[in-house]
Amino acid sequence: MKTTNMMPEDQLDLAQKRDRMQQRVKASLKRRHAQEKRFKGMGMAAVVTALAFVTLLFFTILSKGLPAFWQATLTLQVYFDPEVIRIDPKPEKRSDESEGAFQQRYLAWQTQLGFVNFNRIILDSLAREIPEAPEYQRDALRLVTSGERFALRGLVEKDPSIIGQTLTLDLLADANVDVWMKGNIDRNLPDAQQQLSARTRAWVDELQARGVIKSKFSTALFMNPDSRSSLASAGLAGAFMGSLMMMLIVMFLAVPVGVASAIYLEEFAPKNKLTDLIEVNINNLAAVPSIVFGLLGASVFILWFKMPLSAPLVGGLVLSLMTLPTVIIATRSTLKAIPPSIRQAALGIGASKVQSVFHHVLPLAIPGILTGAILGVAQALGETAPLLLIGMSSFVASVPATPFEQSTALPVQIYLWQGNELRNFFEARTSAAIIVLLALMITLNALAIWLRKKFETRW
Amino acid sequence: MSNMLLITLLLGLMAIAYQLGLVRSKGVAATTSGTGVKMHSRPTYHAMLVALWVGVPAALIFAVWSLFQPGIIESMVLAQLPPEMMPATENDVRILLRRIHNLSGGFGLIEEAAAYELNAARYMAELRSISQMLMIALMASVAATALVWTRKRIHPLLRARNQVEQAVRVLLVACSAVAILTTIGIVLSMIGEAMRFFSFVSPMDFFFGTTWNPRFSTVGTDGQTGFGMLPLLWGTMMIALIALAVAVPVGLMAAIFLSEYASDRVRAVAKPIIEVLAGIPTIVYGFFALITVGPFLANFGASLGLEIRATSAITAGLVMGIMIIPFISSLSDDIITQVPKSLRDGSLGLGATKSETIRKVVLPAALPGIVGAILLAASRAIGETMIVVLAAGNSPVLTANPFEAVSTMTVTIVNQLTGDLDFASPQSLVAFALGLTLFVITLLLNVVALVIVRKYREQYE
Repeated sequence: MKTTNMMPEDQLDLAQKRDRMQQRVKASLKRRHAQEKRFKGMGMAAVVTALAFVTLLFFTILSKGLPAFWQATLTLQVYFDPEVIRIDPKPEKRSDESEGAFQQRYLAWQTQLGFVNFNRIILDSLAREIPEAPEYQRDALRLVTSGERFALRGLVEKDPSIIGQTLTLDLLADANVDVWMKGNIDRNLPDAQQQLSARTRAWVDELQARGVIKSKFSTALFMNPDSRSSLASAGLAGAFMGSLMMMLIVMFLAVPVGVASAIYLEEFAPKNKLTDLIEVNINNLAAVPSIVFGLLGASVFILWFKMPLSAPLVGGLVLSLMTLPTVIIATRSTLKAIPPSIRQAALGIGASKVQSVFHHVLPLAIPGILTGAILGVAQALGETAPLLLIGMSSFVASVPATPFEQSTALPVQIYLWQGNELRNFFEARTSAAIIVLLALMITLNALAIWLRKKFETRW
Repeated sequence: MSNMLLITLLLGLMAIAYQLGLVRSKGVAATTSGTGVKMHSRPTYHAMLVALWVGVPAALIFAVWSLFQPGIIESMVLAQLPPEMMPATENDVRILLRRIHNLSGGFGLIEEAAAYELNAARYMAELRSISQMLMIALMASVAATALVWTRKRIHPLLRARNQVEQAVRVLLVACSAVAILTTIGIVLSMIGEAMRFFSFVSPMDFFFGTTWNPRFSTVGTDGQTGFGMLPLLWGTMMIALIALAVAVPVGLMAAIFLSEYASDRVRAVAKPIIEVLAGIPTIVYGFFALITVGPFLANFGASLGLEIRATSAITAGLVMGIMIIPFISSLSDDIITQVPKSLRDGSLGLGATKSETIRKVVLPAALPGIVGAILLAASRAIGETMIVVLAAGNSPVLTANPFEAVSTMTVTIVNQLTGDLDFASPQSLVAFALGLTLFVITLLLNVVALVIVRKYREQYE
């Protein structure tokens, strides 16, 4: 009975041991709780870091890009001087002449109009604000971006009756004027390093003080194609058209083919080695670097099939191949989520396998398929690298009318603009282009989320 | 664009055939009603069958014809050339054919066209129009025959539905073959062009050479040097490693926090915002690196007395790390939430704190999946192009200093293939050899990652 007859010393020992143990546990608990706090803190820090990156990215782009939507604009009284614009009346189609003859006459008239010196008109209207402008033509003409000559010509071509009238027009200022006004260039730089002459700079400051030059919201970014001679009026219209065509091609190629192959793999394919191979293959294809698809496009579509370089058609094909796995995977997971009871019910009342899929399963899967398709299209919209390899990085100053013409795309336009020499103007303009691209992508993604939320069914 | 017109016409014809078939089969159905014979298939199936018979054979003829016509015409044109004008080498034949093509298409030539060339061009144009006419005639007759025959064939007992469904199945199989064909196309085209490249430069020099400095020289000259891939491979690896060094800790810790600690509300807000990072186009990241991160790092380095180039491996790697954070965080998040609750409960029941449970129980259990996620992110980083094009500085040198400008395989592919596309010179073809290497590396990473992830999924399902 040793245990009942414990010596006081032993009891003391035990109590001491327990005490010591408790102290140890307490001490280690402190350490462990501190560790717990640290670990949690690290996790929180990681989330905050990631969120900070998102914020920083958007803040940078927005703060750089938003000002570019407002451009330095001169509001001038433009007198369409009949002395300068000496042209015949605009040809009208006569009833007795053929279409060809009329076209010829019209072309001749356009050529005549092309010879008109619209710089003269611009100089004259500048002279109303700056009396000494005609003496320093070069300096004065640097105020207005060169593309506005063609804008004026377009006005006259549209409506020749304005000849002899004085209109109040908004003319875009030169890119360098914009840079100077927004303070994107160091005003204290010596003359040799300034893009504008001292006289022009002084004029800009004076006109700005009088309110003739103002920052105005400009639609040039949206309405014009790219330009190299008139940087202030370079716009995204051509790139947008190219992107739109490619999106359409992706929508009409990748989506049907992807959905069809997902239907086959999910509903019809026997479970065998070949199906396994296709499955592994699709998963891998989804992770192949996009530039490899560009190489594929360059060698197959351009080298073998001799398709035109820089055409949205080729770009659309390449992007279709690239987005195909995305569409297939999204469609398959949607089809998987549809309960087998639907299929069984259809088969049970005598539908064939094809009928059960196309009449019953597919309609239920449409919201999910649409979501996947939109996400695929959004992915294709933002892709740049494969397009560079099929020649879409060339400068194109027109809006493409067909998918066979030369074109750029929005992300490629961003790539081209970021490399422009006039950095302090194009940094902002590139950011503005990025804002447009991101806005489009966010719209597409929001649409996808909305569709999913609206039509989502929980089985 | 006469091809477009032809295709449109064919589609129109199919629509007409469908209508004719529909009317006819409805008529047949009306006559049989009440006689005790039941139609096997509904009228729409009969109509579809008619349309298919009209459209598909004609389309096949069109495809086969378009495939073989150019080759046959070219050989016929070459056969009628005066023998003494026949060029000796294959290359010259190709040049001559291109001249004749241009002539017959009405384009100008650089030099004056010789009489025999003009003749050949005329002959070619003639052949082409004859061939075109023949093709259209053949297509029309086949379509017409099919229309008459299938319309007549409509009968209550015809199993039209089964036949249409068979066609649908064939179409579905064909569509799923596109994915396979794409892979085959990638592999074949890359290998083909890479082989042409290796006929100029030996594979040893390419894979193990340490200098990248391809000079532009004319085709066919010997001694092509400076095609060593190692500096590019090293640059790629360095940037990918920097990216992973940024993304793995941040992504993993964010995933742990969001899945284990965060309240539902925080999770519902933070998770989608982090995933926004995955949807941003890479060109935007590149611009961000160039405009913001690069100058910031350069200034930061200067304040520490370090020389950091604005466009350098560290700039590109850092920004690429930001880009792949969501890949790691959302994949790891999925994997961590898949670890069974019983494991956590067991650990917590033994008195472990939450962080101890995570570090000693959850993470080891999730490790294979997380490794898979990291490998997938690594393959994404290796194949990334636009960030490095803009921010890595494009200087293909072997350097261990991450603050220096480097170049990567993807950047070099872009550089070698933009501008003038001359697919005959090793300077362009090297892009395909690089692409092949890139494809193989990412493929290996993906396969390993997918196998690991799949194994892991099975473990807890």
